[in-house]
Amino acid sequence: MGSLFRSEEMTLCQLFLQSEAAYACVSELGELGLVQFRDLNPDVNAFQRKFVNEVRRCDEMERKLRYLEKEIKKDGIPMLDTGENPEAPQPREMIDLEATFEKLENELREVNQNAEALKRNFLELTELKHILRKTQVFFDEAEHGSVVSQMADPSREEEQVTLLGEEGLRAGGQALKLGFVAGVILRERIPAFERMLWRACRGNVFLRQAEIETPLEDPSTVSGDQVFKSVFIIFFQGDQLKTRVKKICEGFRATLYPCPEAPADRREMAMGVLTRIEDLNTVLGQTQDHRHRVLVAAAKNIKNWFIKVRKIKAIYHTLNLFNLDVTQKCLIAECWVPVLDIETIQLALRRGTERSGSSVPPILNRMETFEDPPTYNRTNKFTKGFQALIDAYGVASYREMNPAPYTIITFPFLFAVMFGDFGHGLIMFLFAGWMVLKEKPLAAQKSDNEIWNIFFGGRYIIFLMGVFSMYTGFIYNDVFSKSLNVFGTYWTVNYTRSDVINNRVLQLNPTTDYIQHPYPIGMDPVWQLSENKIIFLNSYKMKISIIFGVIHMLFGVIVGLFNHLYFKRRLNILCEFIPQIIFLVFLFFYMTSLMFIKWVKYAAIHPVYNPDVTTSSYCAPSVLITFINMVLFKSPTKLPPCDPYMYGGQYSLEKFLVIIGVLCIPWMLFAKPIMMMQERKKKHMQNLNSHGTENGDIDGSGVMQSQGQVPSHKEEEEEDMAEIFIHQGIHTIEYVLGSVSHTASYLRLWALSLAHAQLSEVLWNMVMKNGLTQEGWGGGIILWGIFAFWAVLTVGILVLMEGLSAFLHTLRLHWVEFQSKFYLGQGYSFTPFSFEIILDTAQATSEATD
Amino acid sequence: MMKICGPKYALCGLVISVWGIFQLVLMGIFFYIRSVALVEDLPLDDKTFAKAEEFYMAADSGFTRNAYNCWIAACIYVLTFLFSGHQFYLNSRSSLSV
Repeated sequence: MGSLFRSEEMTLCQLFLQSEAAYACVSELGELGLVQFRDLNPDVNAFQRKFVNEVRRCDEMERKLRYLEKEIKKDGIPMLDTGENPEAPQPREMIDLEATFEKLENELREVNQNAEALKRNFLELTELKHILRKTQVFFDEAEHGSVVSQMADPSREEEQVTLLGEEGLRAGGQALKLGFVAGVILRERIPAFERMLWRACRGNVFLRQAEIETPLEDPSTVSGDQVFKSVFIIFFQGDQLKTRVKKICEGFRATLYPCPEAPADRREMAMGVLTRIEDLNTVLGQTQDHRHRVLVAAAKNIKNWFIKVRKIKAIYHTLNLFNLDVTQKCLIAECWVPVLDIETIQLALRRGTERSGSSVPPILNRMETFEDPPTYNRTNKFTKGFQALIDAYGVASYREMNPAPYTIITFPFLFAVMFGDFGHGLIMFLFAGWMVLKEKPLAAQKSDNEIWNIFFGGRYIIFLMGVFSMYTGFIYNDVFSKSLNVFGTYWTVNYTRSDVINNRVLQLNPTTDYIQHPYPIGMDPVWQLSENKIIFLNSYKMKISIIFGVIHMLFGVIVGLFNHLYFKRRLNILCEFIPQIIFLVFLFFYMTSLMFIKWVKYAAIHPVYNPDVTTSSYCAPSVLITFINMVLFKSPTKLPPCDPYMYGGQYSLEKFLVIIGVLCIPWMLFAKPIMMMQERKKKHMQNLNSHGTENGDIDGSGVMQSQGQVPSHKEEEEEDMAEIFIHQGIHTIEYVLGSVSHTASYLRLWALSLAHAQLSEVLWNMVMKNGLTQEGWGGGIILWGIFAFWAVLTVGILVLMEGLSAFLHTLRLHWVEFQSKFYLGQGYSFTPFSFEIILDTAQATSEATD
Repeated sequence: MMKICGPKYALCGLVISVWGIFQLVLMGIFFYIRSVALVEDLPLDDKTFAKAEEFYMAADSGFTRNAYNCWIAACIYVLTFLFSGHQFYLNSRSSLSV
């Protein structure tokens, strides 16, 4: 059988690697990605393993690289991603790499430190510059009596009067010498600062402040935030107030700068500050240039380095899982390997040995094991999405039938039954077709938008869903809720003009107005305009839903047969598969055949084609009522001239089918446990017999021992049997009730398809019709606007939301109704040691944390 | 011309325009050949007709007018297409130069 139908055959292998060759061999296996290693020292903690040092060194390297990457991103330098995949470097190259990274990191740190110091310095100088400039204004005002400012600020004037009043100056003389401090503070702290000063000093200080217009860069934050600050100057008298003011300044994180009292000194100082700022600017520019050069050089290689380091780390991590041989000369590994790939793996091992220059070839030998091997389904880009849908429910048990290949067809089909509209299908088809055609460039973009990734990952599923929806839309004859009249309707109107004018609604008579053979494919377009369209469609869609459902479930049970055959479970075939299929066929498949009989046998009465009244649509019995009567053994009421039965002998056949069908239930319930019990008894008897002969030769103590053992053994077995009975009971109830509820569950195909068709019709009538029924010639412009609105709603509601809902219902039909018939899904998936996967996840996590 | 919409609006405009051109031209043709399926979209609902001829006249003129309206709308979508195409071009060029 092909590998698509079942998971790959796996085998446990033991791998002997020479110590020198181990690194190269594991590296080759990592490139190959077909081997899953098992941890041979699970009870040894991570710090006691052999290659702990190397792993730690790799971690350290990775940390340095991340630091570099962060710095590169901060400067907005593009990182070169050539997409090349360098091989894992030799272990001795690791030292070179380490040295390079160490050097780079140190250089960068030094540059950063210097830059920060310089920036701080620069900030201080700029602040000082501003202080000198602003305070100059204050002092000037003070000297000139500051008429202007007093005028402008009457409240200030009062303070000034109390503090520097003419009287006080005259009376105090020298004792009233005013001190002052000047500094810079964050602008938003000014109001609080002012109030605090006022309260703490009881209004005995005088504060002037001015805003610095240009924002200043704050070097203490990493990103170099821009902050607004204000210059202030505080006048006070006496040392006590001075200390108090200083304390308050400290509390508000204001920076104080020395400001000379004499104007000449201030001017001189300002000049000095200006020249120093200029010098600093050139130095800062050079530092930035240097940093940029270092980072640009690093950006060229950083992706490459990341790959190398991650590969080395993965190799040592894997080597840590291995066992050391007693002689310390060789490493022993255990791994799960697909049987078909043993050759390729051996080839890779040989390559690894050659590369390492070792002479002793590695040994790979298969081992016997009772453990369940992992499930490995080989996928390509097309089947991957479908396999993911299946695996989302549960990974298949080892070598179990894989539902994915059937899902490729049934999934889009059942979806399309619910989503049947040619126009919506076309939108889906075009979108997915674009994704499929532009696959490579789109995949290379590596978007981290989750929704986009879901769509892109499922592009082939969406593509098929679109194609199938176009087909079902064609069958339903729905294009944005309008019908296409491709072949011309097969109905005619034979009413007279007065009939048409006098009646609001008229019914077409299938006997006279129908051409007696159907529209070639799909629904006749005349139904689009009819009032009773939904009644007609409901009957049709409900029937096909049940027919598809029963066929789908039958198929599931038959897939189960292949499972039983493969695992050689004869008992399951006899006691589960056969009664299950009889139950389903005799009851539910019979019901679908009733539908076909009804479709074929009954038609509108017609003088030529269908003259018999018993086969006219008037006499057609309801399938549902027939089925209910059948299960309840009720004979249907006879309404002459009709025959309540569809064919002769129907009553007795139905009776037979129901009785056999019901008999299947105890068959499913008891046959398997009873047969198992008998088998065990037989074995037990044999065991007892052999015990007896054995015991004849052995002395009494042996007999005592065996007698002591037997009862406990029996108890265990009985308990086991009870469990089997319960399990079988649950299984049977689940199947029998499930057959009923699952059949009904397939009616969602009808319900959603009805909802979809109605919704699209409502959207057309509520929105598009408004644009079309404009009376004047200006309707074109209105139509232009309304079409855009309609298009957006169509995509948003009908394609996306309805599509999602139909998708989920399809998923449910597959997971529950189909897979419950055969699928265990208790396996665990094969996770090979592969550089590709490791690198992808590492990149994804690093991007997620950014 | 200056840049008015961002890349996403431009793309949205492009897609809707292309869709609009195709669908409205087709709908115009269907109206022009008096497709019965579209009779519900004619402005006939709130009118009463004394004679059948009157109805036919009204339906006929409705079909013709709707056909032209559809084509007018399609023509406007050609303009929209050119506009959003130009915007898209501007956006893609500016994103490349950065």
